[in-house]
Amino acid sequence: MPIDIPKDKWPGSIKKITLGATAAEGGTRAKSITLGGQTTLPYLHFEAPTPNSPAIAIEIKSRKPEDWSPLLAEVWGEAMNDPAKWAKKAEEAGADLIVLALMLADSPDDAVKAVKSVLSASGLPLIVWGPGQAEKDNELLVPVAEAAKGEKLVLGICEDKNYRTIVATAMANGHLIEARTPMDVNLAKQLNILITDMGLPADRILMDPTTGALGYGIEYGYSVMERLRLAALQGDSMTQLPMIVTPGFEAWKAKESKVGEGVPESWGDWKARAVHWETLTAVALVESGADVIVLRHPESVKRVKSAIEELVMA
Amino acid sequence: MALSGIQIYKMLPQTNCKECGFPTCLAFAMKLAAKQVELSACPYVTEESKKQLAESAAPPVRLITLKAGTEVKAGNEVVMFRHEKTFYNKPGLFLRLKASDADLAKKAAAADAYKVNYVGMDFTLDGFAIEADGDLSAAVKTVRGVSKRPLILISNDPAALDKALSQLAGETALIYAADPSKYETLADTAAKHKAVLTVRGDSLEALADLTPKIQAKGVEDMVLDLGGKTLGEWLTLSTQARRLALKSNFKPLGYPVIFFAGQNGPEKEPVYAAQAISKYAGFVVLDTFTPELAYALLVLRENIYTDPQKPIQVQPGIYEINAPKPESPVLVTTNFSITYFSVANEVEGSGLPAWLVVTDAEGMSVLTAWAAGKFDAERIAKAVKEFNLAEKVSKKRIVLPGHVAVLSGELEEELSGWEIRVGPREAVDLPAFMKQALN
Repeated sequence: MPIDIPKDKWPGSIKKITLGATAAEGGTRAKSITLGGQTTLPYLHFEAPTPNSPAIAIEIKSRKPEDWSPLLAEVWGEAMNDPAKWAKKAEEAGADLIVLALMLADSPDDAVKAVKSVLSASGLPLIVWGPGQAEKDNELLVPVAEAAKGEKLVLGICEDKNYRTIVATAMANGHLIEARTPMDVNLAKQLNILITDMGLPADRILMDPTTGALGYGIEYGYSVMERLRLAALQGDSMTQLPMIVTPGFEAWKAKESKVGEGVPESWGDWKARAVHWETLTAVALVESGADVIVLRHPESVKRVKSAIEELVMA
Repeated sequence: MALSGIQIYKMLPQTNCKECGFPTCLAFAMKLAAKQVELSACPYVTEESKKQLAESAAPPVRLITLKAGTEVKAGNEVVMFRHEKTFYNKPGLFLRLKASDADLAKKAAAADAYKVNYVGMDFTLDGFAIEADGDLSAAVKTVRGVSKRPLILISNDPAALDKALSQLAGETALIYAADPSKYETLADTAAKHKAVLTVRGDSLEALADLTPKIQAKGVEDMVLDLGGKTLGEWLTLSTQARRLALKSNFKPLGYPVIFFAGQNGPEKEPVYAAQAISKYAGFVVLDTFTPELAYALLVLRENIYTDPQKPIQVQPGIYEINAPKPESPVLVTTNFSITYFSVANEVEGSGLPAWLVVTDAEGMSVLTAWAAGKFDAERIAKAVKEFNLAEKVSKKRIVLPGHVAVLSGELEEELSGWEIRVGPREAVDLPAFMKQALN
């Protein structure tokens, strides 16, 4: 029996954006990464091909984080003391790009040094996060943006309370920004409007809709991403941006991943559970439209990468 | 697909006889479309119209129930995306066991006994799929010795199935699977034992050809195996089947889907199962049982199938964090799950012991609940008394969320003898507050 499969035809599409600049493009990256360009919902090849595969980022820190799970300390080892070595190891683990998270203890000089050392150790495009306090973020990200002028970094994290300084320095130095809003379609739109009103072109914004880990609110992030993607395809230009999500950060905050003792026996083996937690959080978000997936454990990277390959394969 | 009032009107006698209790046939049709009256109220409707209207009222994805000592349901879904309404019937998680396995009883017993608690709810696996690589009815007997959960029988041998199903009187089992080359005898077996029959085909077209033939043999309850070899292919097939059922009201594919997550080995199994859960499977069969994987998948299923209109709530009560002692601090928050988790996680992560009083704020966050009058001094005081907090703690001091600092005066009046402190607005600042301000 011939079947007439219902197909969606959308008026809108996701903007293409490029992270990182090669020597030819005015930077020093070994390659740049292009994201976006989708004209239908994720991986529905019977409607349209997936023009650009989502990218996996590994999160590293400018100094050894004291609050990370021992499982992560075990796998990254000594490299955690040196962002350059850590970046190199992350690249070997299969990362498409690096997220370097600066820390509160960093001075502007420390931050610039850390960024430069990562840029020389690895040819991957780089995302740089401030430590997450408005004043400190601005204090560190401005000199970083200037020192890495032309590299097309992604600077983050812009939020509605603090975006002007970061956007201004991204504009002045040819970088992109990450715009985070708390799991809400309208807030995401609004922040993108505020940022583009300052004069930053929309194709230099990565949208971070915020996510929760498996068991800790993933369903909110999942549905907000589906709704953002539907709005974008329906033609709402301020939602037509690639999305970055942080399942690594969220999953490793959860007790299920973080600790091995004092938990119910029914939670099973700690290490296997931790990797499941990060992987399943990530894969659910890949299905709902994530373009950049920031992870922490190399085993999760391997599994999510393999899942993406199977999804993108036509 | 549901018919509109006008479409229904065309099938009515259009005489405006008023015997149904409505002034016109059109008014009656509108009520029918809104499912507020029964068609039987019209004495003059033709048999032909009755049949058409009954068909249009049938759910686009047929509801399938597997029954034994427990039940598992699949189907009856009405949306492609959970935010459009909700996903209703959580896909059953089944563990595949081999009839030839010498440890069959042990493995089935361990998986059957598995139970894990998530925000106050107990989750278990839903049943077993028994592969007939040995004596099927002996294996069924063995599994029935240790578990009362519903079964899937993997065999295409009608005689073996007949013998095995005879032991499952009163149950509804699922047979896996009929294919175009061999469906007649299996359909007869399913019909005889009132079992559900899985239908397998190389393409959606092949499946759509087969299901009406099986239906004609008297089997109404079917489950589909859509085939496919990669995550991308499964996503395409399950999306197409769901769309055909929901958007085109295409009955030949209006059945729940079964998916075998272990088909490419244990390393890929978690991810395959995860996609099946978010993308429309009705039954998911696992080859691997480990507590850590079961827990992760059960939580994912709960999250995806949570009604977006009704946030997950945690049970109101006193939660002990990091083994608190009587002198440990008391924190108060609401029972919206995300609020609870934010607070519990921060405190847990800090290693500091605390008593966390979770009040019944009808699943709202602190500010929302406060604005709606569901998180006020009276309710907090009631919780403190109801949960007998005074018997657990020696230091009668309560920390309020910073957002509801305004409640502190009133709460002091409600709870005489208790010291009320105002904590930080955000959970993330709790550890610092507890270290600095509470010592």
